[in-house]
Amino acid sequence: MENKILKIEKFSAGYGNNYVLKGINLEIPEKKVTAIMGPSGCGKSTLIRCINRIHELNPDAIYKGHIYLNGEDIYRMNPTIVRRKIGMVFQRPNPFPTMSIYDNVIAGYTLNGIKLKRNEKDRIVEEALKKAFLWDEVKDVLHRKGTFLSGGQQQRLCIARALAMKPEILLLDEPTSALDPKATSRIEELIVELKETVTIVLVTHNISQAARVSDYTAFLYLGELMEFGPTERIFVAPKHKKTEEYLTGKFG
Amino acid sequence: MKSDSIFKAMLYTGGVIVALLVVFSFISLFRASWLSIRQFGLKFILSPVWNPVSEKFGALPFITGTLATSILALFISLPFSISIALLVGVYLPDGFLKNSLSYATDLLAGIPSIIYGFWGLFSLVPLMRKMEIKIGILPYGVGILTASIVLAIMIIPYTSSISREVISMVPEDIKEAGFALGATTREVIFKIILPYARSGIFAGILLAFGRAFGETMAVTMVIGNSNFMPKNIFSPANTMASVIANEFTEATKDIHLSSLIQIGLWLFIFTFLINLLGNIVVNKFRVESRK
Repeated sequence: MENKILKIEKFSAGYGNNYVLKGINLEIPEKKVTAIMGPSGCGKSTLIRCINRIHELNPDAIYKGHIYLNGEDIYRMNPTIVRRKIGMVFQRPNPFPTMSIYDNVIAGYTLNGIKLKRNEKDRIVEEALKKAFLWDEVKDVLHRKGTFLSGGQQQRLCIARALAMKPEILLLDEPTSALDPKATSRIEELIVELKETVTIVLVTHNISQAARVSDYTAFLYLGELMEFGPTERIFVAPKHKKTEEYLTGKFG
Repeated sequence: MKSDSIFKAMLYTGGVIVALLVVFSFISLFRASWLSIRQFGLKFILSPVWNPVSEKFGALPFITGTLATSILALFISLPFSISIALLVGVYLPDGFLKNSLSYATDLLAGIPSIIYGFWGLFSLVPLMRKMEIKIGILPYGVGILTASIVLAIMIIPYTSSISREVISMVPEDIKEAGFALGATTREVIFKIILPYARSGIFAGILLAFGRAFGETMAVTMVIGNSNFMPKNIFSPANTMASVIANEFTEATKDIHLSSLIQIGLWLFIFTFLINLLGNIVVNKFRVESRK
């Protein structure tokens, strides 16, 4: 059995006095791609926003339960440390519009006030952009604004920005929902490549995407975890009736 | 359609009339200052001597006074207006406190300037006098610094309301991206929000500067109305606007009147230049809208 890097225990979260997520128990294996699937409003985005403690930035946010990263309760850690260890890429590409491509990649360090030597920065930027399959396309325009890139390139820039911090886990919140099919397939290739070095949690409402790139799949329905297991098993022989209905397109 | 073209003609008329007003204001200011322009030439803005008795008119003391009070006022007000903008735009959740703070600052803009003038005269001037005695200089009470403080309070709402708007317009997903990289709120403010909002904040600063530049009543009441070159920030002085307000009714000689109007002309030109510069800078620093 592979190592479980992240353990979610009886975790509930929501807004105001309404819990969107209800008592989730989930163990995420290290250096695998875990897809979180489910219809809109099932709480999948809320779940991954709790994993890097972005959820609590909303003043109405509520949560209870535990999430352990390598055995340490992240809700007892400093949130900024949690977020450096657990990177995130959002639905809509969101490079910092005031910064160049180079500055975007290194932004995690500058934002945290970490001073680096010029050559260290160069190395981190090059490494991160190479990992994100973007280096060849942008190596000559590193000092142009990131917003000049295409949507798919912008999203890979955001992935590079997250990877530059050398996170242990990378959260992807429907990273291709705003992209065209070609850009989507490049990102999917990238995801498969990246699991060599980093654990990936991918939220998607695209069933075939989950089938293509993930090793494990969790199915959420109305805030509850219906089913979790190896992707192949979930798709071939779903145990839960709701999972089967979702996968066959009866709702979603 | 006929009604459509009538409506269009009405819009055009309104627009053209306003544009013409600006042009005609300039022309009539120029004509009325012609006497003094012919007599003094460029020396008018370079000479530090303003003496109605000997009929020598140089506007340098007033240009200095205007620049000194406006710039000083800007520096005094900036920390307050940006703090309010950040507090309301970033930190405070929607609700009573946020709304009342926004309203309170905006209300500052609605107070008539004569009231600021009276407040300055009766509250601030005695305070300044005490302070000046303490540091051992002539205790006028009135002067450039006093006027700057009054001006600073008057212009806070201009910078802060525009900054507040642009700060709250910074897209949520960009701020989230910053937080997701482990930045604290302060780091997100300084490295993401302020750079994004800078052109708007600059526009607010400029609007405030323009307002301070031309403010007449409150300044006239607390600046001390001295026509000599100010020696330091405690000196009584006059601004371009305040000298016009002060001397216009007493200007019996044509050349005196014409010189005062020429000051008005320069005020017009300077304000125009500030706005022009502002537009250039705002366009240069505008963050490219995202795809």
